[in-house]
Amino acid sequence: MKKVILKIDNVSKYFKVGNFRSSALLHASDEVSFEIRESEIVALVGESGSGKSTIARILAGIYQPSAGTITFEGQRIQEIEKRYIRGKMPLVFQDPFSSINPVFKVGHGILRTLKLHRKDLSKAERFQLAVDFLEKVGLTPGAEVLQRYPHELSGGQRQRLGFAQALASNPSLILADEPVSMLDVSIRIGLLNLMRDLRTNEKVSILYITHDLASARYIADRMIVLYAGKIVEEGLSEAVVANPRHPYTQLLMSTAPDPRLPYVELENTADLGEPPKVINPQPGCRFAPRCSMAIERCHTSDPELLNIESDRRVSCFVVQA
Amino acid sequence: MTSSILNVRNLGVEYATPKGPARAVDGVSFDLEAGEFLAIVGESGCGKTTLLFAIARLLTSPAEIVGGSVIFDGVDLVSLSTEGLRQIRARDISVVMQSAMNALNPTISIGAQLADTCRAHTDWDEAQILARSKEVLSMVSIDAVHLNSYAFQLSGGMRQRAMIAMALLLSPKLIIMDEPTSALDVVAQRSLMSQIQSLRKQLGFSVIFVTHDMNVVSHFSDRLAVMYAGQIVELGKTDEVFNRPRHPYSVGLMDAFPALIGENKELTGIPGNPPSLVNKSAGCQFAPRCNKVQEICKESIPPLNELDGHLSRCFFPTSISGVRA
Repeated sequence: MKKVILKIDNVSKYFKVGNFRSSALLHASDEVSFEIRESEIVALVGESGSGKSTIARILAGIYQPSAGTITFEGQRIQEIEKRYIRGKMPLVFQDPFSSINPVFKVGHGILRTLKLHRKDLSKAERFQLAVDFLEKVGLTPGAEVLQRYPHELSGGQRQRLGFAQALASNPSLILADEPVSMLDVSIRIGLLNLMRDLRTNEKVSILYITHDLASARYIADRMIVLYAGKIVEEGLSEAVVANPRHPYTQLLMSTAPDPRLPYVELENTADLGEPPKVINPQPGCRFAPRCSMAIERCHTSDPELLNIESDRRVSCFVVQA
Repeated sequence: MTSSILNVRNLGVEYATPKGPARAVDGVSFDLEAGEFLAIVGESGCGKTTLLFAIARLLTSPAEIVGGSVIFDGVDLVSLSTEGLRQIRARDISVVMQSAMNALNPTISIGAQLADTCRAHTDWDEAQILARSKEVLSMVSIDAVHLNSYAFQLSGGMRQRAMIAMALLLSPKLIIMDEPTSALDVVAQRSLMSQIQSLRKQLGFSVIFVTHDMNVVSHFSDRLAVMYAGQIVELGKTDEVFNRPRHPYSVGLMDAFPALIGENKELTGIPGNPPSLVNKSAGCQFAPRCNKVQEICKESIPPLNELDGHLSRCFFPTSISGVRA
């Protein structure tokens, strides 16, 4: 079994909503637990508002979790030096157009990362390393790309630059928050292949956040499906897609447009509903109002995320029964 | 056979650029039947949106229609005056824009925007306007209370449906949609597509639907047009295009999407980028990126061949296998 590099245990994040007297709390993520192992791609899948990005932001240290513990390489994350963590767990953003400073050359970001995280190297060595990283992500010739401005790069190239910058700090886990959703279809597949290559050749793990099940299946070893801040299903990607157990995963599968799948007429074509905003939640499965399988118990108590077979956790009373 | 309501003939659009004119739409011709759903797919920069805007006469400088005609109900839209266009817009042709958040006015309510359209194009009184507004909102399953809501109070899916309600106000014969689903996630996307489909069957309007995600329309459109470098490179029944594509570019586009079923095989997508539209090269525009390229492809432009009603701009259209095979 590969070494666990990141362990999230019962992590929750609540946001205060309303005016200053209000005690309403928005549960953006609730009791989320999972592990990421060495050179593994884990996909975090869910609709907008399911709390995917909240998890990434907690891991990147942008938000402090309201509850729960995060252990990185066996050590509690609060006890580790911030700069070390940022280098080991960099973030690649969704929007390649606003996440790169347009007034500096490409070399600025990547050389600065090296300057902060690789102090042992001389200037010339850092330059050589920057060129190497650019070429590893497919930006060739690296030395020339370093001298360009971001506006001279296409969206796909910018996103590759995002990965090169992440690689520069010698990471063990890259947090990729919807890295391909703003890219054109033909560019997208190249980035997905890049992430696969990085896992295989550079041995980095990737937390791949997406709402696209098909791309998650394409690159990820394991898949975690989030709904309204909670994990509803977790398993090996291939198994989850072949046999989705939670009704929400089934809904995602049936709505995914795939010309290879037969067309399934949906019963309620008007509106398939939307994920709820979870403010001061009452007990009960959060998917129950949209669920066709819901039983009495689903509306009154919270299902737990339990193993229904090895490598598969599902939080649903009906499936667990 | 129903009659066609739109005939686009040899339409050309150019953008004036410092390097010379960029031909974003180049000799596009197609017919649209009454009640038909035509999808137009392609990468960014292949001229899809420019084509839509040309048909709706929404282009502004530096874009200009340089040739061809768009005959709608016997009238050539290309030569129509502003007043003539005003008579047709909303009443006969309406447009649903890509980003509903940007297309809706954030400072006035949904109801006020619906009323605005009615006042501009009809002489209805307030009661009629209110009744019709409620009716179109209920068609897209939005409660009438949202007449008083503002765009920011609606979810992404509802905003897009409100846009469609606005397009439906005056029962147009043709609705032009520019990537209405691209900002939505899968569940909302599917529910919007199903809704467009059932409204179309019920009300009988035609749809031209532009998207870069050909999977989205795979189960919904009657015909599919694939655009590349401003030209239609393939046009056929949607099933036919997926089953027996006749252009390597269409295959490349299909191959760019990972599958949910079957073998999880390594995909390559399409190497390279779309060509510059200024000073186009001689020969097939797709030749530099094509894996089946021959000498002839680099020398002369392949004509749009017809084979069983399926158009393809490729010298070797029959050597290709599709995804549903």
